[in-house]
Amino acid sequence: MELTELIFKGILVVIIFAITLVAALYSTFAERKISAVLQDRIGPNRAGPFGLLQPLADGVKMFMKEEIIPTSSSKWLFILAPCLAMITAGMSSAVMPWGGNLIIDGETYALQVADINIGILYILGITSVGIYGIMIGGWASDNKYSLLGAIRASSQMISYELAMGLSVIAVVMMTGDLSINEIVKGQPGGHWNVFYQPLGFIIFLICAFAETNRAPFDLPECETELIGGYHTEYSSMKLGFFLFAEYINMFVSCALVAAVYFGGYNMPFINSMGWSPNTVTIVGTACFFLKIAFGIFFFMWVRWTLPRFRYDQLMRLGWQILIPLSIINVILTGLGIIVFK
Amino acid sequence: MLEYVFYILAAISIVCALMMVVSKNPIHSVLFLIATFFSIAGHFVILNAHFLAIVQIIVYTGAIMVLFLYVIMLLNLNKSTESSKPTLVKIAAVVSAGLLFLVMLASFKESVDLKIVDTADGLGSVKNLGKVLFSEYLLPFEASSVLFLSAMAGSVLLAKKK
Repeated sequence: MELTELIFKGILVVIIFAITLVAALYSTFAERKISAVLQDRIGPNRAGPFGLLQPLADGVKMFMKEEIIPTSSSKWLFILAPCLAMITAGMSSAVMPWGGNLIIDGETYALQVADINIGILYILGITSVGIYGIMIGGWASDNKYSLLGAIRASSQMISYELAMGLSVIAVVMMTGDLSINEIVKGQPGGHWNVFYQPLGFIIFLICAFAETNRAPFDLPECETELIGGYHTEYSSMKLGFFLFAEYINMFVSCALVAAVYFGGYNMPFINSMGWSPNTVTIVGTACFFLKIAFGIFFFMWVRWTLPRFRYDQLMRLGWQILIPLSIINVILTGLGIIVFK
Repeated sequence: MLEYVFYILAAISIVCALMMVVSKNPIHSVLFLIATFFSIAGHFVILNAHFLAIVQIIVYTGAIMVLFLYVIMLLNLNKSTESSKPTLVKIAAVVSAGLLFLVMLASFKESVDLKIVDTADGLGSVKNLGKVLFSEYLLPFEASSVLFLSAMAGSVLLAKKK
């Protein structure tokens, strides 16, 4: 790898990480504003113009709070857990194709940190590892409610991973490649996978809600039954890490949904505008972020609209409805490929 | 460069595997086992077998070890409640472990040095792996899937019987 490419990748890593963190930061603000709109309130508007500095104020509040480590907890694991949650949340954006190619001085640079040939499996692997942060945190707190939250989180994760993987298989069958970049390239213009895979998309979306522990699947932290679930004993910035990791996960899963089902950086008519390749790339990236923003809005919209599932309903939905449906989807996709190609 | 990575990964996997056996707390054992699986996935990456590496992470660390941790948490073995065993059992354990070690040494002594296959040409890629699995090794592959199915049916049967 040449030096310029190394430097470019280094800068890209920093930028993507910064964007991920800022997006997560402002997702907390957006969540409060959207919930306010949906509940006919005004929402936070004190810190800065329109309350735009509210996330910073929240961050300062988190840092300033007293830090408590329960005496009966396993101290190292108690500290390790939020770090794990944060690390795994930050890792998954590495294989996301944020845009096409930029051409600077005749050199081509891809707006993607690592185009590994198993990108989609990498993301599935990282999300399945991400559960350890919650499980270890819940166990190390030495608190019954935390333990129940951790156990709920793990069984929920395992149940919905299967359907998620199976719905991705249908897309992989259509593209013939596991690399996310190839999947995005396989949906040029307006030929988005969502039009060819509507059932797979719905299954994937439901599983994405479950994997990020967002309402209506937020049973691991269900406050009416479990106080705070796995983070009952956490305070200060450790709690902040858990909450923040959830928003990063939400950002990354919205990016994944946008890349796999909504064409990533592809837009209809983008190639017929007569723009230079660099402009097309930049506009494509902007489109990608627009799609992600809409995805995040959708996540919040659902959270403040739908009530929480009961636990047996959650399990029944995962095992008896989503998994058979996704297997049917794989079979239908196979038949479609044989008939139409 | 790769050699150093290999030695670091090997050291991590050996230390974590040892700690998994040695640690008293079952939860710590599970966590060390997870770290061992991760370092083994790293070995697969060095050998250019990316697919195997990620499958190792998804299947072992992402699913099987989650279930391990789940069961141990439910059993509430978190306080090291392991009762001490009688001396006779301890001696028997040492003797049998020593015998096993002897067998391992003997098998390594007779082993042939295999040449390292150059895997840079995509030998471990998903495409090649799939082609080999579905042509050369089709029968064992399908037989193992039937085995999994029977295991699943058996566990459902056990769960239904009350």
